[in-house]
Amino acid sequence: MHSWILSTLAVAGAIFGAATMQVRAEGQADPLQSPMWEDMRKQFFGGRSYVFDSRVKVRVPKVVENQAQVPVTVDARGLKGVEKVIVFADLNPVQHTLTLTPLEAAPFISFRLKVEQATPIRAAVLTQDGVWHVGGQFLDAAGGGCSSPAMARNKPDWSLTVGNARGRAWRQADGMSRFRLSIKHPMDTGLTQDNIPAFYIEQVMVRSHSGKVLAKLEMREPVSEDPTITMLVRLPLSDRAVQVDSRDIDGNHFSSKIATSWKESRLRTDEGAE
Amino acid sequence: MLVGADEAISRANGGAIANIAIFDTSEGAIVVDTGPSRRYGVELEALARQLTGKPVVRALLTHFHPDHVFGCQAFSAKVLAAPKGVVDGLKQSGEDFATAMYYLAGDWMRGTEVVLPEIIINSGHEDIGERRLRYLVLDGHTDSDLAVFDERSGILVAGDLAFLDRAPTTPHADLPAWNRSIAELSQLSISRLVPGHGPAETTPRALVQTGQWLKTLEERIMDSFERGLAMTEAMDEPLPAWTEKIALARYEYERSVMHLYPKLEADGWPRVDVSN
Ligand SMILES: [Zn+2]
Repeated sequence: MHSWILSTLAVAGAIFGAATMQVRAEGQADPLQSPMWEDMRKQFFGGRSYVFDSRVKVRVPKVVENQAQVPVTVDARGLKGVEKVIVFADLNPVQHTLTLTPLEAAPFISFRLKVEQATPIRAAVLTQDGVWHVGGQFLDAAGGGCSSPAMARNKPDWSLTVGNARGRAWRQADGMSRFRLSIKHPMDTGLTQDNIPAFYIEQVMVRSHSGKVLAKLEMREPVSEDPTITMLVRLPLSDRAVQVDSRDIDGNHFSSKIATSWKESRLRTDEGAE
Repeated sequence: MLVGADEAISRANGGAIANIAIFDTSEGAIVVDTGPSRRYGVELEALARQLTGKPVVRALLTHFHPDHVFGCQAFSAKVLAAPKGVVDGLKQSGEDFATAMYYLAGDWMRGTEVVLPEIIINSGHEDIGERRLRYLVLDGHTDSDLAVFDERSGILVAGDLAFLDRAPTTPHADLPAWNRSIAELSQLSISRLVPGHGPAETTPRALVQTGQWLKTLEERIMDSFERGLAMTEAMDEPLPAWTEKIALARYEYERSVMHLYPKLEADGWPRVDVSN
């Protein structure tokens, strides 16, 4: 299937125009007016209090080029005392996409996900006071990302490359270390029609080279094939590498060590200068 | 020349976003590209006949993108002509494109199917009536891009190798190859340049601008990648001021980040896995 044009398949409007808004007495109306919001709220927050909060930023592209690889960035650096970040997509067959526990990391993650159709993409951020802060964007796209088998299945040697990883890390001027990492893995959802069972990386532990746990990441079926993540961690100054250990649902373990360059990643200062 | 809308494909424009050229010759009409749908093609065929008073003797396809080829049903396979790479592309992706175009452009696409050209075009000359056409089979926008140069009048129909005042698209692009093709086309003595999208002009401004856009893409996207930006962060990077006058600049820039980033990540990062 050709990905570039499947891109803009527009379904959206119709579904949401017709939805009746359910406003809980103590809650706020869903800014994205999703018919699934009540279900999502119950599934992820139960009876706990939540608030729609513009400090939870979710960035998705205006147009989807490839429904199996939709880039998403969640950035809640505007909030203090973040304990957990959950990402979910209301209209995916599996809504829960990932959970980040940013122990010594910024509440920030960039990754790619599969989508089945146009859907809200949301992030919910739990702060120390027990309140969930919710942000989101509507992603305009349609059909197929979750129900077509991963491309890797066509490559006969995928089992030889699974777990291979590439990446880089940068020390930032603000003291954080940024790393980008891509791990070869089919990330099969188990939902396709060809009976391929679920097979995906579920646990990712990020440690400093000296062994300190910096962040935990739980990934679910909707994360794209060959997961490619970008995170910001507080790496001790004496540490020169980020260690990432992951485990898939079949119990395979994969380890990566990404050296940080001592050069700070250059921050752009000439915004709009040209 | 029929001018396409400087827009993305939508239900409002029915996919009519690409330029179409019609040449009159003593032997009959020549059309370059056929538009996005059967309906468009039928109207194009009638218009070419009406303008020239002659039937269409040749319908050339510049490349396999749907906004350029799907009017082909209005023409017989015997007058349809394209480079082999274009025909191969249509064989492989034509049906997927047709399905996708239904979603994008809706009812405009009714009855549209792919017709494969029977005439294979190679680089070289062909005389049709009093016109001497020079075919340049190039690449870069896609794997196979045809440009048609009418040697006596100096008219160049560049297909999507040239865009003007509308941002170039890159879903199948190879930027270095595209730059080489632009350099080759720039050697011609052009009196009028018809780009794939945007206005026709007497100057080669479309070639220059397309080259500038590709350079901007390469520099900005590479810079973002080197600084460790994720895709959506790269999409928010500033573009040079001159691109403010280009239609769909930010929209196409975002798309290009998604097209070009995966290869950089696959080729530009060292292996970091360690065996347990
Ligand atoms: Zn094109």
